[in-house]
Amino acid sequence: MRKVAVIGVGCTPFGEKWETSFRNLFVDAGARALEDAAISGEQIDELFVGNMSAGRFVDQEHIGALIADYAGLATKHVPSTRVEAACSSGGLAFRQAVTAVASGNADIVVAAGVEKMTDVGTGATVDTLAGAADREWEGFPGATFPGLYAMIARDYMHRFGLTREQLAMVAVKNHRNGARNPNAQFQKEISIDTVMQSSLVADPLRLFDCSPITDGAAAVIVAPLERAREFTDTPIQVLSSAQASDTIALHDRRDISTLDATVAAANRAFQLARLERKDIDMVEVHDCFTIAEICAIEDLGFCSKGEAGRLTEEGYTALDGTLPVNPSGGLKACGHPVGATGIKQVYEIVMQLRGEASGRQVDGEIGMTHNVGGTGATVVCSILGVV
Amino acid sequence: MSVARFWRKQPQRYNLIGTSCETCGRAFFPPRSFCPECRRDGKIVDHAFAGTGHVVTFTIIRTASEAFEHLTPYVLAIVELDEGARLTSQIVCTIDEVSIGMRVKNVFRKLGSDGESGPLYYGTKFIPVK
Repeated sequence: MRKVAVIGVGCTPFGEKWETSFRNLFVDAGARALEDAAISGEQIDELFVGNMSAGRFVDQEHIGALIADYAGLATKHVPSTRVEAACSSGGLAFRQAVTAVASGNADIVVAAGVEKMTDVGTGATVDTLAGAADREWEGFPGATFPGLYAMIARDYMHRFGLTREQLAMVAVKNHRNGARNPNAQFQKEISIDTVMQSSLVADPLRLFDCSPITDGAAAVIVAPLERAREFTDTPIQVLSSAQASDTIALHDRRDISTLDATVAAANRAFQLARLERKDIDMVEVHDCFTIAEICAIEDLGFCSKGEAGRLTEEGYTALDGTLPVNPSGGLKACGHPVGATGIKQVYEIVMQLRGEASGRQVDGEIGMTHNVGGTGATVVCSILGVV
Repeated sequence: MSVARFWRKQPQRYNLIGTSCETCGRAFFPPRSFCPECRRDGKIVDHAFAGTGHVVTFTIIRTASEAFEHLTPYVLAIVELDEGARLTSQIVCTIDEVSIGMRVKNVFRKLGSDGESGPLYYGTKFIPVK
C-alpha cells in the first residue's frame, strides 16, 4: 500500500445558511480545497462524498453525480461516489479516498462532505436524524436521537458518578474553542449556568448539551505522499484510517456507556500507525452531545472509564491542556452538518498541524479524528501527522 | 409508516414474540433470523417473551418528532426482559416515578397514528410492577 498525504483542504463557514443551496455549499468547499492545493479540476481522478440524507433534507438523491456535475467534472466523466453512514458519512468518505490512493487505484482524490439541514422544519429534522438509529425498534416506539444519548448519559452518571456540572463543562470548553474559530456556527463563549438553565431536551440532557442543526460542507484532497510536494510545501501524512461497526440499536450493545466500535476503530488506527496514545497531540472527537465527548475520550483510550469528567473539569482537554480535545469547537460549537462533520474534523487537524489555526492554534505534530455514526454503530478514526 | 410495514411486525409488536437460538439458547427481541454467535450452526425458532423485566436506563423525552409531540413529556427506557433480551420502549408512568432497576411488565397500548384519519398503530409499552 502507498503512503497517502492531504495536499489541500477547504471548509465553508458552518451555520444556518438560509441564503445558500445544497449545491452551492459543496461547490464552495471544493473550490477552497482546490485553491489550497493549487490544482485544477482536470487533475482529479475520483470523488467521494459523505452525505447522510439529502433525500429527506432537500429531496435530492444521486448526490455523487450532482456534485461531479456542479464541480465541473461531469463532462470529464470523473467517477463520483456518495458514501452514507449517518453522522459518520464524512469520515467514511475520507477513508474511501485514502484507500483509493493507497491502493494505487487513483492519484488525486477529493473527499468531501455536505449537509443542508435547514430547508426542513425542526420536527422533520428530528425524525430524519432518528433514522441514524434503528427506525423499527427505537424510532417507532418513540426514541429521538437526543433521547438515546440521554439514556447513555443516565447510565453513565449512575455508574461512574459524573456530575451534571462536569457534563456542562464539555459544552463550555467547546464554545470557548468555537469562539476562536471563524468557521464556527457559535462564536460565543458560554458559562456553566448557560447550560444548566437551558431547556431540557431529554433528561438529563439540555439544549446546550446538544450539537445544533447546521448547513455546511468541507473537502480535502489526498494524493500519494511521494507526489505531495508537487502541490504543497506542507503535506500532512495520513498515518492511518480505520473503521468499525457495532449493533445499530443502543439496547443491543454490550455496555450502554461504552462505544465498542470506537474502541475497535481506535485500536486498529493506533496499530496501523504504529503509535501509542501518548503520541497524540490533539484530537477532534464526535461530541454530538456532551456525554459523547466524555465517552469518546475514554473509549479512544486516553484515560480509564469514569475519568473523563474529572479530566475535563481539570482543564486536561482545554486548548492549553495536556490533550486538547475539539480545538475547532467540536460539533457543539462549530456545528454539525452531519455528512460534512467527518471531513471538517480532518480539515481542522490539517490546519492545526500546518500551524494555520490562528486563534485556536495548539502545538503538536500528530492529531486524530473520531467520527461516529448513529449512537456508535459506525466509527471511523484517522491519525494524521506532520511529514 | 406504511400499513404493510406495520402489519408484518404485528406478532412482535402486539405480543412480544421474538426468536431464540436452539443451539446456544440466546433469546432475541427484536427478533433476529440469524444468530450472531452460532451463525450457520444456529437454529432460530419463535419465542414468546413473558413480558416482565427491569429498566436498564431511561430518559424523559421533552422534544419529540412530530408523531410523538402530543405525548411529551414521556418516559422512554431500555428494558431488559427477564429472558435477557433488551428493547427500547415507553414506560407508562409519571416522570417522577421511573428509576433504574424498576420492575416493569408489558401492556398493549396505542403507539400512534398516521394523521387524523389514517390507521392506528398499536404495540407494547411497559408499566411499573408494584
